[in-house]
Amino acid sequence: MTNFLLRRIGFILITLILTSIIIFSITQLLPGDVARVILGRFATEQALDNLRQELGLYRPLHVQYLDWAGGFIRGDWGDSLVSRMPIRPMVMQRLGNSAMLAGVALLIYVPLGIILGVIAALKKDKPPDQLITGISMAFVGLPEFVTGLLLITFLAIGLEWFPANSSIDPESTFREALPYLILPAITVSLTGLGYIARMTRSGTIDVLRTDYIRAADLKGLPAGQVLFKHVLRNSLLPTVTVVAMGIGWLLAGLIVTEAVFGYPGLGRLIVFSIQRQDLPLLQACSMIIVAIYSISNLAADIIYGLLNPRIRVGS
Amino acid sequence: MPKKVLDARNLTVTYKTEKGLLDTVRNVSLQICSGEIYGLVGESGSGKSTLARAIVRYLPENGFLKEGKIYLGDTDLLNLSKAEMRRVWGKRVTMVHQDPNAAINPSVMIGEQVAEVARTHLKLSKKEARNKALDMLTKVRIADPEVVARRYAHQLSGGMLQRVLVAIAMATNPELLIMDEPTTALDVTTEAVILDLIGDLMRENDTAVLYITHNLGVVARVCSRVGVLYAGEIMEEGSIGQVFKDTLHPYTRGLLGCVPRVNVNKKDISLKAIPGFIPRPDQLPPGCIFAPRCELAEEACRVERLPLKEIDYGHLTACRRNEELKRYGEVVADMREARSETEYGELVLEARNIKKYFPVVGGLSMFEKNRKREVKAVDDITIRVRRSFTMGIVGESGCGKTTFARCIMGLEEANAGEIELEGELLPYSVARRPRDMLRKMQMVFQNPDASLNPQHPVGEAVARPLKLLSSVNKEAIQERVKELFAAVNLPEDYIYRLPHELSGGEKQRVAIARAFAANPTLMICDEPISSLDVSVQASLMNLLVDLQESKGTSYLFISHDLSAVRHLSDWIAVVYLGRLWEIGSAEDVFVPPYHPYTEALLSALPIPDPDIKQESIRLKGSVPSAMNIPSGCRFHTRCPRKLGAICEKEEPPWQCIGYYHQLCCHIPVEDLQALQGEGLLKKERGAEQ
Repeated sequence: MTNFLLRRIGFILITLILTSIIIFSITQLLPGDVARVILGRFATEQALDNLRQELGLYRPLHVQYLDWAGGFIRGDWGDSLVSRMPIRPMVMQRLGNSAMLAGVALLIYVPLGIILGVIAALKKDKPPDQLITGISMAFVGLPEFVTGLLLITFLAIGLEWFPANSSIDPESTFREALPYLILPAITVSLTGLGYIARMTRSGTIDVLRTDYIRAADLKGLPAGQVLFKHVLRNSLLPTVTVVAMGIGWLLAGLIVTEAVFGYPGLGRLIVFSIQRQDLPLLQACSMIIVAIYSISNLAADIIYGLLNPRIRVGS
Repeated sequence: MPKKVLDARNLTVTYKTEKGLLDTVRNVSLQICSGEIYGLVGESGSGKSTLARAIVRYLPENGFLKEGKIYLGDTDLLNLSKAEMRRVWGKRVTMVHQDPNAAINPSVMIGEQVAEVARTHLKLSKKEARNKALDMLTKVRIADPEVVARRYAHQLSGGMLQRVLVAIAMATNPELLIMDEPTTALDVTTEAVILDLIGDLMRENDTAVLYITHNLGVVARVCSRVGVLYAGEIMEEGSIGQVFKDTLHPYTRGLLGCVPRVNVNKKDISLKAIPGFIPRPDQLPPGCIFAPRCELAEEACRVERLPLKEIDYGHLTACRRNEELKRYGEVVADMREARSETEYGELVLEARNIKKYFPVVGGLSMFEKNRKREVKAVDDITIRVRRSFTMGIVGESGCGKTTFARCIMGLEEANAGEIELEGELLPYSVARRPRDMLRKMQMVFQNPDASLNPQHPVGEAVARPLKLLSSVNKEAIQERVKELFAAVNLPEDYIYRLPHELSGGEKQRVAIARAFAANPTLMICDEPISSLDVSVQASLMNLLVDLQESKGTSYLFISHDLSAVRHLSDWIAVVYLGRLWEIGSAEDVFVPPYHPYTEALLSALPIPDPDIKQESIRLKGSVPSAMNIPSGCRFHTRCPRKLGAICEKEEPPWQCIGYYHQLCCHIPVEDLQALQGEGLLKKERGAEQ
């Protein structure tokens, strides 16, 4: 296990280095000129040249890269070109907001998805299964801007249960933010739910077919004990992996949902940085996303290993 | 007075299928008394597992019991609700299944899987149940129960896991124990140990046992009564002596004739295969269901189906012509005209000092101190094969016999040694061997499903080597394919069929035809018949013998089945942990003095003849990992005849017995002779006189 961890962490470091090179090169290729972005369209050539000199844009690319990467590691992520504010606190705050949304969404869709998946598996090919499978397929297929708008129409505008707009004050605490989190979390959950339910369903069906479940039944154990102790312990292993890998998507991939609800998460920050050609901000956001995906993948593998004795205990 | 534990009457089990309702098991009655081990024998498709599941009311969703009564003691099982059945399962009826690796939950500790039964049914507290689990593990002779209880399934060998399953099944001291092929997935040596254990435990506890198997030898060893199931009906039932000695049904006789004997081989007899196939439940013949395959069938057999009739006390048969059968006596195999003691032809294959080490990959092994961690799969094996001659290679699973064959074939590249085919030195890798050499050496694999392309007609599989390895035109190839299909006794129209339209035995015939298409000098057969039913095995063995005689091909025949090897081979090599331990003519190797390992293999072999009392020489544990090979004699950790320190320290010398028979052991040949006495085969001859 230690060997495995060391190797995986090594891989993650390599991934981060490679992606940082890619991100840096791509942002260099993007149209637009940093100096022009800062000084505006009417700046003189002289002023632009001075600023470029000041920012070190005339240095060779690899020197610029090392300078940027070194700063990134030290925690100096530079200032935003647009707001002239330090990038790091900005990204961290947005990350915190994204984490709140992700947490609420996970609490909704993981238990629900597992329960529905298990019910579908136990009633395989019967009406409950067909209902669950059909509906979850539909929600996976529907884009978030459709489900999000439908939810706003019915639950916010129609029934007035929740606020329609989730553009909270970035400083607000979890308690204050919670009412605004419900609708976007449900929107996200409708997509996530389908994945979890289907994964749980197929995992459980596979395990129900095994010899050891037949053996557990024929041991005369109570049906509940067979399900919770013998079936789920094995059938939820793939589900756990999917949940852990989903964390990356929840933290950084909710661009559409955040836009629909106006929620200040990491996704919207990226869109903002692209629209305004805020290169340092874009670079920082991209690096954070790559890091989050790598770590959540690693977490998925570690959890899987911890739960599966075939990996946890050697032979 | 033994009391009747299971009384199942006139069971008919029906499945809902696409073809409508199919009665898979028809009108079967079983009575089993306490302390009795009842063997239910049948080939695949006979419905034996369905019957077992029907008895415990655990049929798949599309199956149901159409007719019949099932009593367990005084309880009418059919009157119980699902919830009440759960109180019967695990307490009054327990089951042990075929594959121990699959029947134990991989995520729950072994001890807990025993203890939960004790908690549920015996109402023991957590602590008492844990102690009970340790007790049970001790009872099934697991050496360190405390350690094993904390293990997971993947940390134990198949034999150990099967003991655990027996421990679970016996924990509640059930009235009825159903075992469905409990030793089929195990090595012959492990099987013997488990069978001993089952026999002892049952006698101790007076349990009634339904023992389901396809192996007549196993039945003869452990059972007291036996029922022969064919296509869902019982053909014959009686005590072991009655059924094996005074056989009253042609099907039983057929099965017994299919099993090779250990005292004769291909030179003396050809096995008596049963022609035809088991009928499918939707295509049952109108009369006796065995009539289409029966040599004795007369007109009446094809019209009317007789119920089981008691002929002797406790001996029942469904055959109307049982009187005639009695007159046939005990002949179960066709005698052959004794072949002249073959002048062994010239050398075809010589493989000298073959070694194959696999590096151990994974982890950070390159940083470890001991860098050269290797699995020594084959470690210095030398054999010679002559023309029209069969070299048999036997050994437990994991002994390196398949790796050795793959090295000869070039599918694995050997690390050292020389492979000479007809005097020509071969490169290690098949990719670098000249085309003509490829043609001369062909292989038949264990699993015909995996070696035939499911998308292509089987005729194409046979035509392919002809196209690749010979330069004949299309018509000639078609002609040759037809000849080959005829040679392996397949009808011509099979050429255009797809693999899934063929039975397992037929697919293996295609594989043999393909191998012969190239007209090889040497055929390597790696467990070619192991996955097939006994009756199919017999016909394939006959086919191999016939083809060898007509084409002069040499075989390298690899199997864990000693009786098949004995039947087919002229010479036998015994392999253990990547090395040869004994080699000699088939007649010599199975007669004392033999190597203690050979002795243990022979002693473990289940023989379908209740008169043979084999000495029980059992090996401890399982084959050690080829990564840490024991010092000195590699067999010393399990050898029942170990001398002492010398076996642990020094590699044993090769000793010659006569000119052709050699074995590798510290014990002098004379002493082995004295220890082993007459041996197994002599005893059998004695029993016949």
